[in-house]
Amino acid sequence: MTTPAAPWLFVGTIPAADFPLTLAPFTMKETQLFSGAHSCPVNRGTPALLATAFLTCTHLGSGANTSELYMLAAGDTGKGEGSRQVYQRLVEVLRELRPRGITFHYLLPDVDWHNRVLLEIEKLPERPLLVADAGYMYAAKMSGYAASYDLFTPDIGELAFLADETAPHPFYTRHFFLADEEQAEDLIVKAYVGSNAASHMLVKGKVDRYVHDGKIVETVDAPDVPVLECIGGTGDTLTGIVSGLLALGTDMQIACSTAFHINRCMGLLARPTPASSVVDLLAVFPLAVQKEMLRTKV
Amino acid sequence: MTLLSRLRSAFSGSIFSGRLSPAQDRRRAEPSANPNAEAFLTFAGTGEVVQAESILQAEGLDARVMAPPATLRTGCDMVIVTSLMHAFRAVSILKAYQLTPLQMTPVGEDLLEPVSLFQHKDFGDWLMVRAANMKITVEKASGRIVNVSGGGCPDVPYLAAQLIGKNIYETDSDRKDGQTLCGYALHLAAQELRRVQKSAGG
Repeated sequence: MTTPAAPWLFVGTIPAADFPLTLAPFTMKETQLFSGAHSCPVNRGTPALLATAFLTCTHLGSGANTSELYMLAAGDTGKGEGSRQVYQRLVEVLRELRPRGITFHYLLPDVDWHNRVLLEIEKLPERPLLVADAGYMYAAKMSGYAASYDLFTPDIGELAFLADETAPHPFYTRHFFLADEEQAEDLIVKAYVGSNAASHMLVKGKVDRYVHDGKIVETVDAPDVPVLECIGGTGDTLTGIVSGLLALGTDMQIACSTAFHINRCMGLLARPTPASSVVDLLAVFPLAVQKEMLRTKV
Repeated sequence: MTLLSRLRSAFSGSIFSGRLSPAQDRRRAEPSANPNAEAFLTFAGTGEVVQAESILQAEGLDARVMAPPATLRTGCDMVIVTSLMHAFRAVSILKAYQLTPLQMTPVGEDLLEPVSLFQHKDFGDWLMVRAANMKITVEKASGRIVNVSGGGCPDVPYLAAQLIGKNIYETDSDRKDGQTLCGYALHLAAQELRRVQKSAGG
């Protein structure tokens, strides 16, 4: 395997039974993600994450940065076969790959595999930045090693799960079901007190919150586009933007803040309805980046 | 360690595990003195748990999904809890459907309840229902599923691809294709959506 020095690695699954185990760079064109001879639509899940990270490095970095993005993914429709292939391969290649950062995404939560992966990471001479979203964030919390991660990206419901020290999955979260924005500060404290949070958290909601070591450092609440809550994949695009920015070497707070603004801006510019898809949002990504550049210059 | 191997080690010697002696078998056949006692059934995969719940409820048994005891959790786990009095009948019913539980174990510690509340959000021509971490949205007039969001398990994007564009009354993908807790939460949200749409005359 010939890989660039210290790539940024995205680890997840593709929602199709026949997508083979793939460890390779990737590109995105129109509504499709490409890696080698394989392609898939980018409308949700890990493909949406990868597409958004690719766009971020294309529009906010130099074109060359995209060759440093690697995907490790396999087809998985929920039965876990693809996830297990990915876990296995990850353990095998980590020492050779020596990524500078890893974004973990849609994987069947499995604490035993999670711990084997983390053990391999701890053996690396230089510890990569670790971002966990979706199922892998659930596994990280359940393992008791949440504090080993640099960034979690929960929504309010997932924050309630992190705050509940006994919950193995958001499905069982006690007391906080249908947690709302008003509980966010309390839930953040609980998550950190229980050591069930990453050092940085990007809490998605009506108000987005960037949290560092239990303190809310920055909030973003505009533009407010309520229908985004219906659209599957808007969390994936947010994680894609922040991961792309981190891969470009951006400071964590700036990466989180910029990601919040670009993601919300896509929602505003695409004028979505509850029937829109992530593809509609990604179509206006370049415009949203321009708008964000103008905002930060002011 | 897999759930099965954890179960084996955790319950070795339990009256309900492994091969039983004749004495154990007699004890096993005796109903519990506590009429409220419960047992949980474990399966190889969460997809089977969802199927088992549907089958047992259709047969009139009290059966519900819960989290396994903390010591047995491996990840995206769920078990079926039913009355201990009816647990053997439940196993027989499931076997007739070629769905054999890995283990049946009396409940010895508190199990976590899944969420049981739903949140509805009206977006004019569209209605969104949320159950736990999953949301599903339909176009009210047609019943067409237009979006699925939330969740973190790998069946969620797959289920979304199966469901979006279908009529909520004409698809059962949420029941038959879900494999994880997120998939199960989506199924509950879809059921609630059907109920709400129906009561609204949709």
